[in-house]
Amino acid sequence: MNFSLSDEQSALKDTLIKFIDRDYTFDDRWKIIRSTTGWSTTHWSQLAEIGVTALPIAEADGGLGGNGVDTLVVMEQLGRGLVVEPYLGCCLLPVALLTHGASDIERAGMLERIAGGDLLAAFAHTDAGQRYERVSTGTKASFANGGFTLTGRKVVVLGGDCADHLLVSAQVGEDAGASLFLVDANATGVTRLAYPMQDAQRGADIEFNNAAATLIGTQGGAQPAIDHALDVACAALCAEAIGAMTELHKLTVEYLKTRKQFGRPIGMNQALQHRAVDMLMHVEMSRSMAIDAAMAVSETNAAARAKTISAAKVLVGQACRFVGQNAVQLHGGIGVTHELNVSHYFKRLTMIAATLGDTDWHLARHSDSLLAA
Amino acid sequence: MDLRYSPEQEAFASEVRAFTRAQLDPAVAKKGLEGARLNREDYLGWHRSLHKRGWAGVGWPASFGGTGWDSTHQHIFDEVTADEGAPILIPFGLRMVAPVIMNFGNAEQQHYYLPKILSGEHWWCQGYSEPGSGSDLASLKMKAERFTDASGKHYIVNGQKTWTTLGQHADWIFCLVRTSSEGRQQEGISFLLIDMKTPGITVRPIIMLDQEHEVNEVWFDNVKVPVANLVGQENKGWTYAKFLLSHERNGIAGVGRCKRIVKRLRHVAKHSMSNGKPLIEDARFRDKIAQAEIDLRALELTLLRVLEAEREKHAPGPEASLLKIKGSEIQQNLTELTMMAAGPAALPYVREGDDGAPDAPWLSDEAYRYASGHYFNFRKTTIYGGSNEIQRNIVTQLVLGL
Repeated sequence: MNFSLSDEQSALKDTLIKFIDRDYTFDDRWKIIRSTTGWSTTHWSQLAEIGVTALPIAEADGGLGGNGVDTLVVMEQLGRGLVVEPYLGCCLLPVALLTHGASDIERAGMLERIAGGDLLAAFAHTDAGQRYERVSTGTKASFANGGFTLTGRKVVVLGGDCADHLLVSAQVGEDAGASLFLVDANATGVTRLAYPMQDAQRGADIEFNNAAATLIGTQGGAQPAIDHALDVACAALCAEAIGAMTELHKLTVEYLKTRKQFGRPIGMNQALQHRAVDMLMHVEMSRSMAIDAAMAVSETNAAARAKTISAAKVLVGQACRFVGQNAVQLHGGIGVTHELNVSHYFKRLTMIAATLGDTDWHLARHSDSLLAA
Repeated sequence: MDLRYSPEQEAFASEVRAFTRAQLDPAVAKKGLEGARLNREDYLGWHRSLHKRGWAGVGWPASFGGTGWDSTHQHIFDEVTADEGAPILIPFGLRMVAPVIMNFGNAEQQHYYLPKILSGEHWWCQGYSEPGSGSDLASLKMKAERFTDASGKHYIVNGQKTWTTLGQHADWIFCLVRTSSEGRQQEGISFLLIDMKTPGITVRPIIMLDQEHEVNEVWFDNVKVPVANLVGQENKGWTYAKFLLSHERNGIAGVGRCKRIVKRLRHVAKHSMSNGKPLIEDARFRDKIAQAEIDLRALELTLLRVLEAEREKHAPGPEASLLKIKGSEIQQNLTELTMMAAGPAALPYVREGDDGAPDAPWLSDEAYRYASGHYFNFRKTTIYGGSNEIQRNIVTQLVLGL
């Protein structure tokens, strides 16, 4: 057993800590989220220079060949800084899909450009009328005149507001399995409704109306890559959550020490002390499970990977809720204002818990796996 | 014992429902049922309709122009009007300052203020909390100093109030001010009524986490207030404040409001699809709704028991704290479940009137559209009106004697 980061991972962590502290303060973030696009290409380029966009990409594909723990290191810091640039939506998800779902030729070039931070791709998966389903049922692909076209509507596409390319899950005819398609986001037949999320991240609903599409990987054989990519994303969300909740817990404890009522710091009240301890337990349990999830992304047994990652998402989702709600409560009135960072952490944690499967969904997935055993 | 409504009470409920359906602007009712934000006129229009019918003073004694209803009638009124989508009656005038004026104000104040509160002519807001005085309200610093000039006796008021709910709409503010720094903190506080149009008052919005403007900071810079606006005795304001807070906690249980949210929750759970089936068919989720309904029933009956006991004692006791704690927790739970029911549709942030909204079907269904915003907004309920931690302290000391 070894829970230590490697020297390279520690160096990466330090670099990201410096980046957040120097270039991604709460004031910087205010300017970014109030800008027209709601995110910053400048900061995105900085992240690319640090190497985070190349990190999850295999060396053979022009990347740095990082593993789940490398992603954990990155996501934890992005969580601490409440970074809104679309790293999960436009890097981790498409990279995982292309790495496991595309042929060498199909991914050549694309991954190299994602590695450099030059190409933004997003995964359009959840169909309108779906919730957290892993299998797309509402988007249909048909083949005519030597090419595929897609019809359907995808909702809450992470990074779908800014992506140049869309990777779209769809069903060809009556195929038993899903297929994956590449669509130019600006092509004829593609309509986007872009919006900010409650937590200032961004996304889009995207409608495909006979949009020209290129098949990626094997027709009808994309589901394993889709499941893997969504699991990778869930592990990344867990890591982001521990960055955010660790910082939020720290802010809360500082507030308990400095806010005075009845002539003494409010942190002298045992009821509040115990709440802060319970929050810490949630943070520490979450950290353990986020590590478990980070290791599980390279697990080759898909069922084992799914079970571990869902377990992490359950526990981390519960912690997002407990830590978020109580951080707001212990801050009192100031905790429910938009001007203080506390509510921004709370909203991000709330949305993490509701993204790519909420706590109930992952509990059901874990629970159902007990029947198979 | 009988937990059913009597035929007379049933008839009253029907009468309230018929009146509400006839008099409430359907556009306002729609907003109310969907949980959309209401403007000043939405609240006041309903208030005026009720006033015309003689129903604005819900909890008021008949001698002051109120309904004189007993607690069960008041509860029926709250429940039925909430069910029909009616706005709440803004409590700051009717439920907070009015009882103080009735109990501690002089005849002149009662004659001047109470009819204007009842008619809705005066919109009141509350000047209690200060940046350094939240839970520890008695430490408040806003100063009122007496002086006399050619125009008479006045206070000069300086300081700041905060968390002033809907202060942007208010005509008047009732304030706790410091008139003495001698003795115990509680003994130097007075209860002052201040016209919001008085020079020197500045209202600044505080944007809340749901990005809405609901509360304000109110700054007082050499604000001249006639001594006649003092309620009761100077330096006795803390007694009146405590009296008011116990009234505030009572309304805070929000049973009618909870029932409305349950309806919305069930609507969302019926229309949210999960694996091709309505979410409500998923027992894992449906059980949570069932549990919430059970909790709500317990709250409702407890509220009715407390109201009945109060009628005999003529003043809310520390039991009101229990209602505040449970009521706020249930409201939060219900808004959280509604957000969960919405699933990924809870993620987008779309403001009212955004052009893009109708393109996305779930965003045009208001119940979904406000699901996460309500959840965020309702975090305030365990903080305001004396945080739930403070309520537990009150129960610890006054009920348990620990």
